Amino acid sequence: MKLDTSGLESAAPVWGAPSELVDGFSAAPSFEVPNTTDFDGFQKEAIQMVKPAKGTTTLAFIFKEGVMVAADSRASMGGYISSQSVKKIIEINPYMLGTMAGGAADCQFWHRNLGIKCRLHELANKRRISVTGASKLLANILYSYRGMGLSVGTMIAGWDETGPGLYYVDSEGGRLKGMRFSVGSGSPYAYGVLDNGYRYDMSVEEAAELARRSIYHATFRDGASGGVASVYYVGPNGWKKLTGDDVGELHYKYYPVMPSTVEQEMVEVAGA
Amino acid sequence: MTKQQANWSPYDNNGGSCVAIAGADYCVIAADTRMSTGYNILTREYSKICKLADKCVMASSGFQADVKALQKQLAARHLIYQHQHNKQMSCPAMAQLLSNTLYYKRFFPYYSFNVLGGLDNEGKGCVFTYDAVGSYEKVGYSSQGSGSTLITPFLDNQLKSPSPLLLSVQDAVTPLVEAEAIDLVKTVFASASERDIYTGDKIEIVVVNATGIRREYMELRKD
Repeated sequence: MKLDTSGLESAAPVWGAPSELVDGFSAAPSFEVPNTTDFDGFQKEAIQMVKPAKGTTTLAFIFKEGVMVAADSRASMGGYISSQSVKKIIEINPYMLGTMAGGAADCQFWHRNLGIKCRLHELANKRRISVTGASKLLANILYSYRGMGLSVGTMIAGWDETGPGLYYVDSEGGRLKGMRFSVGSGSPYAYGVLDNGYRYDMSVEEAAELARRSIYHATFRDGASGGVASVYYVGPNGWKKLTGDDVGELHYKYYPVMPSTVEQEMVEVAGA
Repeated sequence: MTKQQANWSPYDNNGGSCVAIAGADYCVIAADTRMSTGYNILTREYSKICKLADKCVMASSGFQADVKALQKQLAARHLIYQHQHNKQMSCPAMAQLLSNTLYYKRFFPYYSFNVLGGLDNEGKGCVFTYDAVGSYEKVGYSSQGSGSTLITPFLDNQLKSPSPLLLSVQDAVTPLVEAEAIDLVKTVFASASERDIYTGDKIEIVVVNATGIRREYMELRKD
């Protein structure tokens, strides 16, 4: 029986002409080797590329009454939870909020810096800066540090003269205007719930409940998200913190424990 | 040709643990006094705690050379502040200064894991916890350093207060009295030195309250 050895054929060109050595084979059996400089490490690099970065869940969306912003509060260092009470919604000024995803120090520092720049703009121009302008300031700064290892995935949400505004800005230099965003490792789960329940004309309570549920579901499935789900609302008079609920308690609120009917009960046997 | 990696690192880890607990009118900051490198002990009597201002004390573990440089930097900036404002820096102000100082070296960080403790402007205890590049948070208690993964769960169990992010803002400070908090700190270090090789020798405990700053010591396992 002739074995099918086509799988052993090498794609590489045959060296020399060892025709008298081989008979039926074109070359010594070999397998394809990737053309990289670092053979031992390239696989690790590939995995790192798709690794879920930015262990967090934040979301924001525009609706009829304004902007709803929500986030979890867990900070993880590898597998260790370093804090369950991180403020991921940063108050840039009384009418603008920023969300934090990625490096905590990077987000905190650059949001504080953005707040300073916004205030300077107000003093120089005698009017508040627009959300468009503020997000552009931040995006330009992050772009100038591109490639240096900053990790920032933020949403700038606010209310200015043109109404509610929402931008997504990240440390790769990207800046997107949009109506709905979710950022972080828990964002796929949050998007699932958010996209399903979203309508433009919702009331503030309905929107807050949608935001809260989206964060809750993300914390349920994503290990890197958890803690407290905070929900903020940005309206024409600025932002207001609506709720902050521990997600553990939210679970039992959404899925209360039903006392199950007892079929058989164990009884103590008297004596022995 | 793969990229040449450096066979020298500018950093070293001198080990050790720090803890800080905030109370209603006091703050306890503690650290062990062992300084190590690898498996060697360099000294058993090194202070990781530094007084930055009248009501503000910092404890840092990590690379002590960077810690020393950081302490000098903060002391210098505090002196300038005193010249300009004719008063001492408050603890929350020092907390933000520390955060910014750490972030300025974002691309060549201070290998220093800090906890800042003291009294705020109203005389209430406050503790701020940091990562190496400056992100900070005001908390009721904190632990950093090699023993922190052993200490923090215990403190969570004893002191855990409702999260400050819950809407009804509740006090993060512990209801314990000063003596109880000091006792807790001693217990926590005794346990940590059982299981962490880099923690031991002695604890230096600094207590900040309305009457001032006081220091005490407790012996720990020397092995």
